[in-house]
Amino acid sequence: MAIVSALRGIGRRTVDTVWRIGLATRFFGLILFHSGNSFRRFHLIIKELFSTGVMSLIIIVVAGLFVGMVLGLQGYETLKRYGSESALGVMVALGLVRELGPVVAALLFASRAGSAMTAEIGLMKATEQVSAMEMMAVNPIARIVAPRFWAGVISMPLLAALFSAMGVFGGYFVGVVQIGVDEGSFWSQMQAAVDFKHDVMNGVLKSFVFGTVVTIIALFEGYDAPPTAEGVSGATTRTVVTSSLAILMLDFILTAMMFGGS
Amino acid sequence: MERTTLDLWVGIFVVAGIAALVMLAMKVGNLSTYNVSETYQVHAYFDNIGGLKPKASIKSAGVLVGRVTEITLDSTTYKAKVTMSLDKRYQFPKDTFANINTAGLLGEQYIGLNPGGDTENLAPNGEIKRTQSAMVLEDLIGKFIYSKAEEPAK
Repeated sequence: MAIVSALRGIGRRTVDTVWRIGLATRFFGLILFHSGNSFRRFHLIIKELFSTGVMSLIIIVVAGLFVGMVLGLQGYETLKRYGSESALGVMVALGLVRELGPVVAALLFASRAGSAMTAEIGLMKATEQVSAMEMMAVNPIARIVAPRFWAGVISMPLLAALFSAMGVFGGYFVGVVQIGVDEGSFWSQMQAAVDFKHDVMNGVLKSFVFGTVVTIIALFEGYDAPPTAEGVSGATTRTVVTSSLAILMLDFILTAMMFGGS
Repeated sequence: MERTTLDLWVGIFVVAGIAALVMLAMKVGNLSTYNVSETYQVHAYFDNIGGLKPKASIKSAGVLVGRVTEITLDSTTYKAKVTMSLDKRYQFPKDTFANINTAGLLGEQYIGLNPGGDTENLAPNGEIKRTQSAMVLEDLIGKFIYSKAEEPAK
């Protein structure tokens, strides 16, 4: 009997997960369908760009700077053993542009902006603002969800680029200014090794995918949250956990497709 | 918050993001060194290319003149066919000598072009006939050991 109930538990969870994925996909389709309105009223998107993009600027800039500085220090320590400190720029820039920029920026974005989105929409639902909109024949997806989606999709690549640029400066600061790696070889080896199409544009593509996924998860969890205090708090937690896992798994898949095997 | 301040901040954010992207492209990446000038293709057959890879640089007198675009194995002669695209500004005589060099002892490999004295230039899609294979360190060490072994004992 214990086996049967355990199997039943696994089955129920699988069915629930598939249902949620299906609902989220339908939700994504609805957002795209109602996006035309939010582009016609662009100030709605600008308002959301402020709360997702501008408000995440400080954490992204500071985090990027420190990650770059740590990369510079650790990279120097390792490269010094092989007498190739001059390749420090290559290591810092490739690490940031390909992986750390998009991934860490997306993780910060999920916890800074994604959780806020979920809580905001969940609370709107709990206080019946969403139902009030429906009563007034205003489509809540076109009015509150789609602008947030596009704000997230637009701001994520910009934030990741800022993160990478700040990180390169952090690595430059530690490596060249403090430790004294030769400045010329730092930049010239970096430029020789980093390819614009292969490295920079693939990083941008990654952050675009992460931005879409994180925003969809955050909006869906908020829209789907039970309209109680407990429900909203649970949805916020699920947003951060699910989107962090999704970012890391998608990063592996994207890396394997972009850089693997060639 | 007022509409104008909101617009201002969002504007600053978008400009900063795009500036970061441009900086990544120009200062970190190689977009500034991309040549917009046109190229022409030539190919050459090598017995052994060692560690030469696509996108390796092609230099003449130390100046970058092109990139390796494709490396394939010719299935009739079993030689490596290296296709390279050279900058149109630089024309080379027909009897140019192509050899695979190594930057430093263990560094990256590149193709060095030594121009010959022919009056005619290499045509697009032409072939560089005179080539020298890569120096493979293991072969050199092997030769050295054999020559030592053949020396008569003192």
